[in-house]
Amino acid sequence: MYRYDEFDREFVRQRVAQFRGQVARRLSGEISEEEFKPLRLMNGVYLQLHAYMLRIAIPYGTLSSRQMRKLAHIARTYDRGYGHFTTRQNLQFNWPALADIPDILDELAEVEMHAIQTSGNCIRNVTADHFAGATAEEVADPRTYAEIIRQWSSLHPEFSFLPRKFKVAVNASEHDRAAIKVHDIGLQLKRLAGGGLGFDVYVGGGQGRTPLIAKLIKRDLPDEHLLSYLEAALRIYNLEGRRDNKYKARIKILVHEMGADAFARAVEAEWMRIRDGALKLPEAEIRRIEAYFALPALRGDLPKPRLSAPDRGFERWVSRNTHTHRNDGYAIVTISLKPIGGVPGDASAAQMDAIADLAERYAHDEVRVTHEQNLVLPHVAKADLPAVYKGLKAIGLAEANAGLATDIIACPGLDYCALANARSIPIAQEISNRLAARQDVIGDLKIKISGCINACGHHHVGHIGILGVEKRGEEHYQLLLGGSGAQSTALAEITGPGFGPGEIVGAVETVVETYLRLRKGPEEDFLAAYARLGMGPFKEALYVAEAA
Amino acid sequence: MSLKPPERVVGEKDAAGSVWQQGAFHRDAWRLAADGEAIGAAPSIVGKGRWLAEREALMARSGPLGLRLEPGETLADIASDLGHFAVIALSFPKFSDGRAFSTAALLRDRHGYRGELRAVGNVLNDQIPLMRRVGFDSFEVTHGPTRAALARDGLAEVSLFYQPSVRAEAPAGARPWLRRA
Repeated sequence: MYRYDEFDREFVRQRVAQFRGQVARRLSGEISEEEFKPLRLMNGVYLQLHAYMLRIAIPYGTLSSRQMRKLAHIARTYDRGYGHFTTRQNLQFNWPALADIPDILDELAEVEMHAIQTSGNCIRNVTADHFAGATAEEVADPRTYAEIIRQWSSLHPEFSFLPRKFKVAVNASEHDRAAIKVHDIGLQLKRLAGGGLGFDVYVGGGQGRTPLIAKLIKRDLPDEHLLSYLEAALRIYNLEGRRDNKYKARIKILVHEMGADAFARAVEAEWMRIRDGALKLPEAEIRRIEAYFALPALRGDLPKPRLSAPDRGFERWVSRNTHTHRNDGYAIVTISLKPIGGVPGDASAAQMDAIADLAERYAHDEVRVTHEQNLVLPHVAKADLPAVYKGLKAIGLAEANAGLATDIIACPGLDYCALANARSIPIAQEISNRLAARQDVIGDLKIKISGCINACGHHHVGHIGILGVEKRGEEHYQLLLGGSGAQSTALAEITGPGFGPGEIVGAVETVVETYLRLRKGPEEDFLAAYARLGMGPFKEALYVAEAA
Repeated sequence: MSLKPPERVVGEKDAAGSVWQQGAFHRDAWRLAADGEAIGAAPSIVGKGRWLAEREALMARSGPLGLRLEPGETLADIASDLGHFAVIALSFPKFSDGRAFSTAALLRDRHGYRGELRAVGNVLNDQIPLMRRVGFDSFEVTHGPTRAALARDGLAEVSLFYQPSVRAEAPAGARPWLRRA
């Protein structure tokens, strides 16, 4: 893991002191709420429906057990005993008092954490593949570059008042677990022809009310030029991005209106000017940062895993919630934060502490947060899987549903969020309850729910997406099918007229039952069946059969 | 490209003056000339439209000249003129409109502009340290608490930086992108 040196520690200390002063100026009335807003947002503080919300950065989703225990402590001391893991690999506390937030930030700084740039119109917390460093599929660890970008973007003087927020994701495997094509900039790390490492740069993807898939604007950018290229791209966006309408202010609209080729040319021209300047990354320095993310010393002579007794639950969990590790004796474990009928992404302080213990004991002290609102233990010896399973079962987090119908992504929705039009969480809970018994039969299925058009629940890339809207003052839900955030990124299509709160879960069941009826067999998953069948039969089942 | 700038024009030190530069408030030695308004030899700032329309006449004039740019006004068509301006004022109609941060960086870095670079408009405490790092060296400040903070040297600053800037700043440690004030 990346470790702070003196510079990093002092930077965060000064940043917290700065924010403490800003909070004091707000509480004394010296600055208005309007003037305070961008300052608090730059530090992850939102004003929600009922309270302030604090979003804590978990850079590229990587946590140590010590950090996880600190999050548990904060949940207990300053909040209501739980936290919420988000689709951006962050953690949100929903009930902190504004006056306490500087103290919370001091506590976080003790464990090398902060809330810098988790909101606001700036470069946000950088995300990466949650299997980074553990999967055999990657060409190199994407976190090396995510960390370099995190540093460069921190309090960047030129890019702190962008037209709109800016999200960067880094992926290094053929399998895209970072959803790079729905980010403002998506970076695909690759091995270049000359042997070095470099990037394909995708720009202008995003969800929200205008979902767009990112365009490839630069192939084979050598890694030494990463920061100068990003600086050039951000400069063009900062100068040219629209500021007349916040819904048209993301870079995706600029790229769309300007044309990807014209945008690429503008970036190229600026980049050629600055590429050999102070931002050029020396190879030795990249490798020095990379060393922080080296694979922990794994054990060699591992015993074959032995189960004391045949345990169907354990077998199911191993088959669903573990993934191939680069080392044969190890597995990558997904801890589902989606217990049946639970709130997606929530974890109690006790659960966080228990997971920290498991990570320390069995997983080389590392936990990851996924953009699907689950956690990952990246390096678990196969021989330890039974113990990990048992530990998770004890805290109610051993649901063997990774990637299944009950592994639902949902935004906080109208239960918390000031922007929401409809509740997301209760819909997720009800779908989970209704599909739980059949989820193994249904197989791979990603259901994603957003409570408004901002799409924090990623409904555009759900195999089944649900979008909460307001219709004549009532909650109403649109249903979408066929989206994917994986390497073959696709945007889901809307089925037709929406559904009321009492109907939407039934509509999801209808879609699922239609799929089960029409699929060629269990080997044809929902997305494949949808690609073959198209919208027709689903639409008919939803609307025509209903009317008959 | 590096242009030798005209002499700077700095007003008298005055705690009630509107312009913060060189560590103190100063009276504004400059006047913003409205389009069409006759200007004499006194230091005068004109908008880009007027500069383009009256370029020859303004260059023939003897007094110091400044330029004011609004967000969205580009540098490309006046790049070769920049050496005529003793001050360039970049406007922040709202503090949240950050375009002038990039314009400033381009003026200093791409165009080598070395004259006074002034932030005008909604200039606030928390933005000034960032403005300095992209090359601003004077600030027209009307916001009371910001004026008070400047006067007592109490800006909310972080003195360590994760990226190089157009200012001369000391490197910090092994990572080549780090700087300190």
